[in-house]
Amino acid sequence: MEEKKASCDRPVAVVAAMESPEPKDREIPKKEASGMTIMVGRKAPDFTAPTYRQGKFGTVSLGEYLGKWVVVCFYPGDFTFV
Amino acid sequence: MISISVDSPFVHKVWNDVELSRMVEGGVPFSMASDSGGAIGRAYGVYDDVAGVDVRGRFIIDPDGVIQGMEVLTPPVGRNVEETLRQLQAFQHVRATKGSEVTPSGWTPGGKVLRPGIDLVAKVWQEWNPRDVYGEKKG
Repeated sequence: MEEKKASCDRPVAVVAAMESPEPKDREIPKKEASGMTIMVGRKAPDFTAPTYRQGKFGTVSLGEYLGKWVVVCFYPGDFTFV
Repeated sequence: MISISVDSPFVHKVWNDVELSRMVEGGVPFSMASDSGGAIGRAYGVYDDVAGVDVRGRFIIDPDGVIQGMEVLTPPVGRNVEETLRQLQAFQHVRATKGSEVTPSGWTPGGKVLRPGIDLVAKVWQEWNPRDVYGEKKG
């Protein structure tokens, strides 16, 4: 994992295969893009996101975990108390 | 393990340093990812765009990158880590046996498994009884 220097730019998460459609293509899709449906038994969307880990800033990609089991846990916010 | 919220990595650092490291020796051992803007949460169906946060979604992903289990809760109720680990162990067991053994309700490692097949049709009651796992609780 490459260490990132703390700076004022705002790194943002990137989700694979989720390019924003051009405005003219913004009609309601007749079918959901099958690749992006969240469903057990289907591929998890890959993503790359900035991280803090053990004293360092860096990035993580879900793809790094291919070949391993991984639990991905979302939560509403740091310092929440549940 | 990857944890994700919309907070920045700076906030993750402060939370780890001032609070979580007082609960867990050495602090958080895994990557704390930042989903500023909610793109990942949207892709996983857990981004609340009114509150601007990712709700409590938990996904178990296998070595092929396939989602095997998911659980999504509204913010006020916390999760059960033991249950997540139990499910992970169950999915690992099923994968290790290439699906020839499956884990019935309440299974824990070493517990009774079932072998799906024509001989098991309508015979689960002979192989497995909820009382063996859950006891005689009423109501």
